[in-house]
Amino acid sequence: MIPGSFDYHAPTTLDDAVALLTEHGGDAKILAGGHSLIPAMRFRLAVPDVLIDINRIPDLEYIREEDGHLVIGGLTRESALEESSLVQEKYPLLADTAKVIADPLVRNLATVGGNLAHADPANDHPATMLAYGASVVAHGPNGARTIAIDDFFVDLFATALERSEILTEIRIPTPPTGSANAGGAYLKMERKVGDYAVSAVAVQLVMDGDTVVSARLGLTNVNPVPMRAIAAEAELIGKELNDEVLEAVGRAAAAECDPSADLRGSVEYKRDLTRVLTKRVIRKAVERAKGGDS
Amino acid sequence: MSRHTVNVTVNGEVVSEEVEARMLLVHFIREVLDLTGTHIGCDTSNCGACTVLLNGRAVKSCTIFAAQVDGGTIETIEALAVDGKLHPLQEGFWEKHGLQCGYCTPGMIMSAKHLLDKNPNPTEEEIRWGISGNLCRCTGYNKIVEAIQYAAEKIEQGDSAEEVSA
Repeated sequence: MIPGSFDYHAPTTLDDAVALLTEHGGDAKILAGGHSLIPAMRFRLAVPDVLIDINRIPDLEYIREEDGHLVIGGLTRESALEESSLVQEKYPLLADTAKVIADPLVRNLATVGGNLAHADPANDHPATMLAYGASVVAHGPNGARTIAIDDFFVDLFATALERSEILTEIRIPTPPTGSANAGGAYLKMERKVGDYAVSAVAVQLVMDGDTVVSARLGLTNVNPVPMRAIAAEAELIGKELNDEVLEAVGRAAAAECDPSADLRGSVEYKRDLTRVLTKRVIRKAVERAKGGDS
Repeated sequence: MSRHTVNVTVNGEVVSEEVEARMLLVHFIREVLDLTGTHIGCDTSNCGACTVLLNGRAVKSCTIFAAQVDGGTIETIEALAVDGKLHPLQEGFWEKHGLQCGYCTPGMIMSAKHLLDKNPNPTEEEIRWGISGNLCRCTGYNKIVEAIQYAAEKIEQGDSAEEVSA
């Protein structure tokens, strides 16, 4: 399968990329890792007239801590997250996520920024970034602006990015350390390596003893738009954790998501799987918060 | 529709070709350079039969445009045997029966090469993880894992033999 014809540009500065995007508007697509875009182009689901390859722009691939945040360049490859000792040690939710995105070959090229900007509810980073309460930095003709992740996903494959903006950075608040016990985890059920999730749940929480002080939950591929499980969070926050509370949280998540039936399962199955994964992922995050398993 | 000159080092040789923007790397390798060891399997970015090394990293050459690799370095299965002598990975697949129909083998070997370049002594689990982007419909993978283990040992022995002789 051969993609449709297009004009290819490989700018070497962010300003040039933004200028090209401004010039071509809706006819252009940004090419980062290409592992969502190129398959879509081969199926002719996407037929852009112009591709703007941002891979030759320097300084868009980095992972570092700065101002109380983990900051990740938009072009950072999934494999770099997987191999980062900083991510493994301090951001287990992100480490869990990076490991289960597609397959190792895809992760060598696929990017964190692309995974978010594509806004596919089946992608894994949206749920994770929702759970972290992350934000993204967008560069456009008027410079940079920061968008809270809660405001980022507006519809199926649609984000708050303007047509002339490029997602250049992801900012994750560093979980509190010291007296507060923070933990996070991502749990994904997939039919086989490389498939999208049947369902997956991301959680980031803070514990005080057995009490959940704060928590955010994100769900993958069980809603038309990447979603936070806000009703489930409400069942969890301020509670002392026991089986009854966990069951209520799981049931809330199952009720508030809106999966569609497909080859991966029926609506009922996906809801119930979401309930089970929610309970399991919270247990895992709590273990980590208590320092049992990182 | 734009056309682009691609200057790229393939298996140690510098090549320069003009391509249409939409030409995929796997087509460039097979049809322009006539290196048909790299296979097209699923055509949907799933199977890994088209795996090559791009700047040392294993990637699916069906999911990257040829124009993108301008200035880069590509290694394909044809680069592995030197002067008719099989690479330890190729030898491992031969000795351990790591293939049946052979269609996935070039991609499997290139993924394994990247794995061993990064991690010369992988555990069985790390091998299975490392090749999880490459599908094989014949072997059930056990023989492939054994082939890669064979290669890892062979490479390690080779390295120590070189150290001794040096």
